[in-house]
Amino acid sequence: MNAGKKPCLSGRGVTKEFGFGRNKTVAVDGVDFDFYEGEIISIVGESGSGKTTLAKMLLGLINATEGDIFFQGKKRNIGSHRKKKEYWKSIQAIFQDPFSSYNTFNKIDSVLLDCIRMRGGGRLPREKKIELMTEACSFVNLKFEELTNKYPFELSGGQQQRLMIARIFLLKPQILLADEPTSMIDACSRTTILDTLMQLRDEIGMTPIFITHDIGLAYYVSDTVYIMERGKFVESGTADQVILNPKKPYTQRLINDVPKIYEEWDLSTV
Amino acid sequence: MKHTIRQVFRSGKFVVGFSIFMGILLIVTFYPLIIRDAPLKIIGQGTFFAPGIYVNVYDSMGSPHYTILLDDAAAKRIADKLDDDDRQAIKEWLVAAGISEDAIEIENTESLLDLWVNNFDPTTRIPGMTNADRNYYIRLNTALDGLLSTEGAIVASVNPETGALEEKGVIRQTDYVNVNQVPNVRVLPLGTDNFGRDVLTELVQATAVSLRIGIVAGLIATFIGLVLGLVSGYIGGLVDDVIMFITNLFIVIPSFVLLILISFSIGQEQRGAFTIAVVIGFTSWVWTARAVRSQVISLRNRDHVNLSKLSGHSIAHIIAFDILPYIASYVVMALILQISSGILAEAGLSILGLGPRTTDVPTLGLMMNWAMIYQAHILGKWWAYFPVIIVIALIAFSMNLMNTGLDQVFNPALRD
Amino acid sequence: MGNAVLEVNELTTKYITRFGENIYAVDHVSLKVEEGKSLGIAGESGCGKSTLALSLMGYYFPPLYYTSGQIIIDGQNISGMDPDEVRKAILGKEIAYIPQSAMNALNPTQRIINFIEDVIEAHKPYATKKEIYDQAKSLFEVLGLPAEVLNKYPVELSGGMKQRTVIAISVILSPQILIADEPSSALDVTSQKMVIKMLRNLMDSGLIKSMIFITHELPLLYNVTDDIMVMYAGQIVEKAGAHEMVFTPIHPYSQGLMGSIMVPESGLRDKKLTAIPGVPPNLKNPPSGCRFAERCKYVMPECRVTSIPLRDAGGGRAYRCILPKEFLMEAYERERGER
Repeated sequence: MNAGKKPCLSGRGVTKEFGFGRNKTVAVDGVDFDFYEGEIISIVGESGSGKTTLAKMLLGLINATEGDIFFQGKKRNIGSHRKKKEYWKSIQAIFQDPFSSYNTFNKIDSVLLDCIRMRGGGRLPREKKIELMTEACSFVNLKFEELTNKYPFELSGGQQQRLMIARIFLLKPQILLADEPTSMIDACSRTTILDTLMQLRDEIGMTPIFITHDIGLAYYVSDTVYIMERGKFVESGTADQVILNPKKPYTQRLINDVPKIYEEWDLSTV
Repeated sequence: MKHTIRQVFRSGKFVVGFSIFMGILLIVTFYPLIIRDAPLKIIGQGTFFAPGIYVNVYDSMGSPHYTILLDDAAAKRIADKLDDDDRQAIKEWLVAAGISEDAIEIENTESLLDLWVNNFDPTTRIPGMTNADRNYYIRLNTALDGLLSTEGAIVASVNPETGALEEKGVIRQTDYVNVNQVPNVRVLPLGTDNFGRDVLTELVQATAVSLRIGIVAGLIATFIGLVLGLVSGYIGGLVDDVIMFITNLFIVIPSFVLLILISFSIGQEQRGAFTIAVVIGFTSWVWTARAVRSQVISLRNRDHVNLSKLSGHSIAHIIAFDILPYIASYVVMALILQISSGILAEAGLSILGLGPRTTDVPTLGLMMNWAMIYQAHILGKWWAYFPVIIVIALIAFSMNLMNTGLDQVFNPALRD
Repeated sequence: MGNAVLEVNELTTKYITRFGENIYAVDHVSLKVEEGKSLGIAGESGCGKSTLALSLMGYYFPPLYYTSGQIIIDGQNISGMDPDEVRKAILGKEIAYIPQSAMNALNPTQRIINFIEDVIEAHKPYATKKEIYDQAKSLFEVLGLPAEVLNKYPVELSGGMKQRTVIAISVILSPQILIADEPSSALDVTSQKMVIKMLRNLMDSGLIKSMIFITHELPLLYNVTDDIMVMYAGQIVEKAGAHEMVFTPIHPYSQGLMGSIMVPESGLRDKKLTAIPGVPPNLKNPPSGCRFAERCKYVMPECRVTSIPLRDAGGGRAYRCILPKEFLMEAYERERGER
């Protein structure tokens, strides 16, 4: 199914260990993966499975203990600050908790201006910058005129997460890592966030990678699903394959234990 | 920022502490402008003059005399001279002479003297009384006679030719001098210390110097602690290990012992107030460094820091704009505590005789040291040390109040 | 019709803030739980579901205050009772309440059996340790919990086990009704399933007569309760049987909630998810008309004028909207349509 597509992000034997000696814990244990361009990918795991650690390694926020990460076919090199900055033009993230994702001392304008500067627009005239910011805000259904000179914490959770998407809209990365983007958001706003993300994907042609514990969400949004358990990928494949016909016992148990509504939820298995 | 400051001033504790501290600062600033005496000038010959108004005796003789007739003036004069032992002795004599105990009022000077004058007879022999006692009563009677006499005191001067004393004038018991007309009056609200220096002037200057020591020490300690904490917390790894090793070393060695050793090795003559402040600053940064480090460690994994990294900001930018503002309130509180503990550390050092050299400026600790060496506390000369204690306590109290107030504002969990 | 275990009539309770403002977090709520039935309460965060749970106990402490209405449990009105009286006579015996973070409330220095001793001794002062242990052991057996747990300290138990132990402790006096506020939200899916199984077990074995289950996770609610009540801004906006509520919601807000359910089942991917824009109103000054008007896509001028009563929709259903139910249900069908 992936013939002809090229992987934009791959990993071979990616491992992350914390601590030394007896205190050593392996958060991510030698995972291999190929994330293809244009697909929607989900990495599903329970808390403690190492999915957030993997996401941070993919983002280049922490270094892998072992293994290589390949970006667009080439081994990733992000040693210096300048190279990291270059890398972060292509890969961006949305974090779980909107309330702690923003610097509470910076105004909303400065969050968006940072993105314009990142894209090399630091010397644009003021009017042009405002135009860009207004465009980004209106894309996520926010009004820039109302946000200017406000602080992010004055917005509701859903609005803050949409502002985060506006940031991505300005940055136009090739890959977006969304780490539990809706888990702190009320059910009603969840769909809006997901829809806006999908719209953004069509608009700028990026590859979204969802990191989530919500199997329902993974099934709803993604093409390819990776199931992660204790630092390893236990199963991967298309969403229909993995979630409707799980092969591995862990995946079967996980999917069995999620409450169902369309079918009978089998309570006898625990 | 404006909002935070407004909130800080809504905290009652902070406002009380702040007003006390500002009051001390105002006094320290304006007092030297009004009283221009050098703080260490020795003005009194002798030690520990009690607090009071000192009027020049020579000048008061030359000033215009006024006659004021007050009935109780003589009584007051005698009452002042008659101490409790004398009164008790008079009573004992009167009882022995056969006057009923109920008729004697020991506190009522007038009736006591009446009884004495009417009954005392030096020739009366009271059984069981020794000669020494009798002589004491005779001397007491003579002294009382002198006090009761209405004669004035004669002022005489030596005639340069004959060498004989010549009467210049008489100071009657009803003579008064207007203090405002006496050219030389000195108010010593807190008396003088062991060297005869005005305690109040000295105290004000000492407070100023101690505050300066505290602020310099606090700034140095906070700066070192902040920089080390930020670097070791944010960069982590080997840098963190090395800095934490040094910090732990400093924790294991009690900082006050270190302070004593350093001060001692500098030598009395080289120790100015500034040197002491620097030494205190360099020995008390440890807790700030540790506290800042732990705060930074919890901050550096926050999403807003990650977001800032993803926006391409440099390490310096992240430390300055994404970490520092979050710990700024904490650092301000640490600074306040460091200032107050710097003042206390100086006092502790000086009491041990390791404070700044004693020749140029007083400090609160030095004043305590002097009072202690000259045994003010044993002699009951409270004015030499008690005001110093009050000032130290007030400074520490106001600083701690400000700190608690800030804590309540910045940690909402502590409110109410 | 079974006989009602808990009946609540027009209950209103409020919070009084530090600045003296009144926040009516539960506004004229009426409900009835029959013997052998369980009721689920759904809604977004801040809609008043946890406050309702607290209010139902009849045990008020600042900043929560009772305003009006009746709470009748087993024929006894407890709404006006002295809080101390409620604590002694009602809590644990008639109503058991499991708050959100109950499992973190266990004193780490006590063994599990000590908590049970505390509960029983408060109501039966002459019970011996042996009796208590036997009673606890038999209860744990019924609920499928290993008896060794009784002699363990809370830290020795996993999160799921701790939560199930807390539930077991809370029902040891066989209360009439159990109020569980998000009992499984902090747990992983497997422990969550065990908790759910245990709650069902409690109902089936007759240890509790009825249950009120509060959560924002709708698939769970669907699997646990017989009826579901949706709350919005302190009011009930819709009541229905669990199946009807999940598949054919009437009120636009319920439609938004039910339409955003995501489950890993084939039924999910062919339908569109619904979304509701905006945020709930501030309860300090709620709108005078329909509280949902600001976010509703069918809003009409009259919605903003007068408050809307709860309308009967037949079949034990009720909803708070002026539009006819047929119109709303058709609109929902259309909206969810093919993806």
